[in-house]
Amino acid sequence: MIQLKNLTKTFHTPAGDICALKNIDLTVNDGEIFGIIGLSGAGKSTLVRCINLLERPTEGCVIIDGEDITKVPQKRLLEVRRSIGMIFQGFNLLAQRNVISNICYPLEIAGVKKAEARARAAELLELVGLSDRAKAYPAQLSGGQKQRVAIARALATNPKYLLCDEATSALDPNTTQSILSLLKQINRDMGVTIIVITHEMKVIDSICDRVAVIDKSMIAECGKVSDVFVNPKSDIARELILPKTKVTERVEGKKMLRIIFDGEESKMPVISNLVISSGVAVNIMFADTKDIDGKAYGQMLLQIPDGDRCLERVVAYLDSINLKYSEEV
Amino acid sequence: MSDMLIKLWNEGVLVLGIWETIYMVFISTAIAYVLGLPVGILLSVTSDDGICPIKAVNKVVGIAVNILRSIPFVILMVALLPAAKLFVGTSMGNRAMIFTLVVAAAPYIARMVESSIKEVDKGVIEAAQAMGTSSFGIIRKVLIPEAAPSLIVGAVISTVTILGYSAMAGTIAGGGLGKIAIIFGYQRSEYDIIWICMLLTIVIVEIIQEVGMRIALKTDKRIK
Repeated sequence: MIQLKNLTKTFHTPAGDICALKNIDLTVNDGEIFGIIGLSGAGKSTLVRCINLLERPTEGCVIIDGEDITKVPQKRLLEVRRSIGMIFQGFNLLAQRNVISNICYPLEIAGVKKAEARARAAELLELVGLSDRAKAYPAQLSGGQKQRVAIARALATNPKYLLCDEATSALDPNTTQSILSLLKQINRDMGVTIIVITHEMKVIDSICDRVAVIDKSMIAECGKVSDVFVNPKSDIARELILPKTKVTERVEGKKMLRIIFDGEESKMPVISNLVISSGVAVNIMFADTKDIDGKAYGQMLLQIPDGDRCLERVVAYLDSINLKYSEEV
Repeated sequence: MSDMLIKLWNEGVLVLGIWETIYMVFISTAIAYVLGLPVGILLSVTSDDGICPIKAVNKVVGIAVNILRSIPFVILMVALLPAAKLFVGTSMGNRAMIFTLVVAAAPYIARMVESSIKEVDKGVIEAAQAMGTSSFGIIRKVLIPEAAPSLIVGAVISTVTILGYSAMAGTIAGGGLGKIAIIFGYQRSEYDIIWICMLLTIVIVEIIQEVGMRIALKTDKRIK
């Protein structure tokens, strides 16, 4: 279990003090995938660096499995770091080492014998699906392949925790998905607790169990992903989850309905049924819905043809199936 | 071709000069590297954005390096002759010359090494730290191997610079092509000897440059 208590980080710069983190209290439970989301500059990268003390917090403690690592000697800190894997946005592979010796690196540091290290590295390479690229150098790999190597390297010492600092932000959507499913698989099969830092909501909903939303150096809200997603309490969470729709302005004069999905059966063709049973040809202006464990979450903006009767019929249908909506002006 | 040139060639003076030059340049580059490499690493790791910033050490070493670097070699060379007698037992010949070359080149090499080490990607260093590498481990396993191609390029440039210094040193203390050009060429107005020495130096520089760059290119795994 990782506990951050009253964590504060202030950077002293010639231009004055910059507060990057303020009174952060956070607990990450064993076995979960915990997401930390925020806009850039919110302090999330500093926060993840405080977990393995790459950044030393100005105040507060970082308690890992009951041990406050801000108070341990350097030698012990190096040992603790070996039990926390980390991957980065920029992959950060050793450019002058090939794939297999990159993965061997943390094992060398930990004093594992060469033959043993090689065998372990080969195993991990198999796990990330890059066995055929063992002798390649990072410059010869694609972004997704580099991140797979970085994941293998981070897992070499069998860490209990894995920190991911914007690990998919430099990747295209398909590669992002494949890396995310690899992380999910590692969490499920190896029981590694994963902390994911991101600015993308889709990363959070595809793999995280719980999420903390960080804004202006503080935690704005924290909870289960489905709770935060359905019912965002803070402005920042609402901004990240429900992007403002600009289309509304362009269809002035027409009636608009915002339908809110908060956990309905995602297999039900709501809009088709609505059109068929009300006989009103609605126009979908905007939709942002997501499927989490077979339930639909999100919102949809419908343009309703002129005439009050149309609106009444649509509203009547929505009421009949208990779907939430609000009329937009 | 002048009689003098033929005489120098027949008596093996020119060939000896070539070997003296190569020998002095390589010996002094090697020794200067042994001294300059740790100083360069010290300068980069103790700097503000280094892995263990120690302002005081960085300032003191930096100033010492700058002082040595700011003295023109011809002046440093004559100033060092008494010191050469003290340290290597003579103020004459190749040994004294190697001493002065090392003193002049080590600070230069330290700066070259410093800038090579500073080129290493900060992210890679951070990753190594996150994996629990000690500062010494980072120097040995990350900074030096990652900077290797750049260090080799630096070594090539340093070797060529030292070759230039060696020609100057040849005029007062040691041997080599510089000495031949001055004593037999300049002082006796045998200009073809000067030209021949120049040509030979150019050939040596070209070979060092070419071989060194090829090694650097072969070492670098980033381009392939």
